[in-house]
Amino acid sequence: MTLAEIREEIIDILHDIAPDEDLSELKDDVTFRDQLELDSMDFLDIVMELRKRHRVQIPEEDYGELASMQRTVTYLEPLLKDVARVS
Amino acid sequence: MIANPSHPNHHRIVITGVGLTSPNGNDLQEFRQNLLQGVSGVVPYNIRYVGDTLAGVCDYDELRHQKRKEVRRGTRAGSVGVYCAHETILDSGIDWENQDKSRVGVYIGLTEHGNVETENEVYQLQGYDYDTAYWSHHHNPRTVANNPAGEVSLNLGITGPHYTIGAACAAGNAGVIQGAQMLRLNECDVAIGGGVSESIHTFGIFASFKSQGALAEHEDPVRASRPFDVARSGIVVAEGGCLYTLERLDDARRRGANIYGEVVGYSMNSDASDFVLPNPHRQAECIQLALRRAGLAPEEIDVVSTHATGTASGDEQECEALRQVFGEHCENTFFNNTKSYIGHAMGAAGALELAGNLTAFEDGICHPTINVDELDTACDLAGLVVNEPREVGNIRYILNNSFGMLGINSVVIIGKF
Repeated sequence: MTLAEIREEIIDILHDIAPDEDLSELKDDVTFRDQLELDSMDFLDIVMELRKRHRVQIPEEDYGELASMQRTVTYLEPLLKDVARVS
Repeated sequence: MIANPSHPNHHRIVITGVGLTSPNGNDLQEFRQNLLQGVSGVVPYNIRYVGDTLAGVCDYDELRHQKRKEVRRGTRAGSVGVYCAHETILDSGIDWENQDKSRVGVYIGLTEHGNVETENEVYQLQGYDYDTAYWSHHHNPRTVANNPAGEVSLNLGITGPHYTIGAACAAGNAGVIQGAQMLRLNECDVAIGGGVSESIHTFGIFASFKSQGALAEHEDPVRASRPFDVARSGIVVAEGGCLYTLERLDDARRRGANIYGEVVGYSMNSDASDFVLPNPHRQAECIQLALRRAGLAPEEIDVVSTHATGTASGDEQECEALRQVFGEHCENTFFNNTKSYIGHAMGAAGALELAGNLTAFEDGICHPTINVDELDTACDLAGLVVNEPREVGNIRYILNNSFGMLGINSVVIIGKF
């Protein structure tokens, strides 16, 4: 997956997790928590969805890397570079 | 004695609000109208492993009182509970914004809880070779036994006590009884009590009834639930919910509340005789205890809302219990059944079936049990209202039966106010 595809994938997951939120103006360099109503269970949902969709295992000590879109995409890029996006 | 004119009004408990969703109605008026017009809520239904079957399915607007995220995170029972809780509070006319939420209690009866989520998780886990790393972190908050009441508390900001009452299919009555008791103990000022059911979303309940030979089958879904009929074939599983707003009479009067009726008597007891087979003697004792506590003679009951589920032995046993109590001299006592319209709403059944009769205080009509083509002689109660509504006139007392597995019996008596 390219960086753009990873971003699309995360947006897709966020649509499921936070269906009441408008994601069209999400700022990549601002933390999710400062823009969206997300709690710790929601972040676990992001981790679980990545695990289910792509068998990506994210260790607990790396959860902080999912704080914003920019950091998430950067963190996932090496893990997903050989993975095709499932539409 | 539970309610007696000599008791101070502080101990008299009244119903001031009704919120419900039933397979044939999403508020009391719609529900009542459909009961009087013979409209069923049973439809064709398909569930994993069991396949094509029948069920009572609700179509309330789950986004009326919840955000999409709340619906996604919670359970169906929680969603039903939130809908009914909002509706009952709205109906009660309580100034909710200024209500002290720490003095509100939530008491919700359940037949079972957690099966739906557990089945779903196991089902999807098989796609991951049963690796529990893929088991949802939502499993525990969704399956804890207080979940539906907890979701109500979260959604409405209620900080008083909340819990559920596991009482098999007697649970709807048990929730009402618990609410009344907590008001009398001054544990709360407003009790939201009743029952909810999400049971149509667990294949296990269908499969278990089928293995027991107690799952209804019929080519015409609306004819499948047929208590007292000679051709009855078992239970139609249903979902739904009904929560009452209960208050002490003096509080209700002080704010000028509309009062649907007074909880004048109740009782719960146990068969202590079998896992599944009912015991008519214990059922009769339960009814007699409620009557004694209410200070009423059997002939003073105008309408008896039966529990009968459409199983071969259960209906017969309840009729035997009713004959023991009401005998031959209660010619002005009428019997009906609401499961014949909506199926068996499990934890919600007792509360919903009471609600279906509650408006009879105003319209004086006893809705019938439907789908009786040939009455089973073993179920031939003198006052059984069959297929067509009966104008009874002034209805003063309604007695509501609700029984469940493991021999749990419950009776609630509501008086006209």
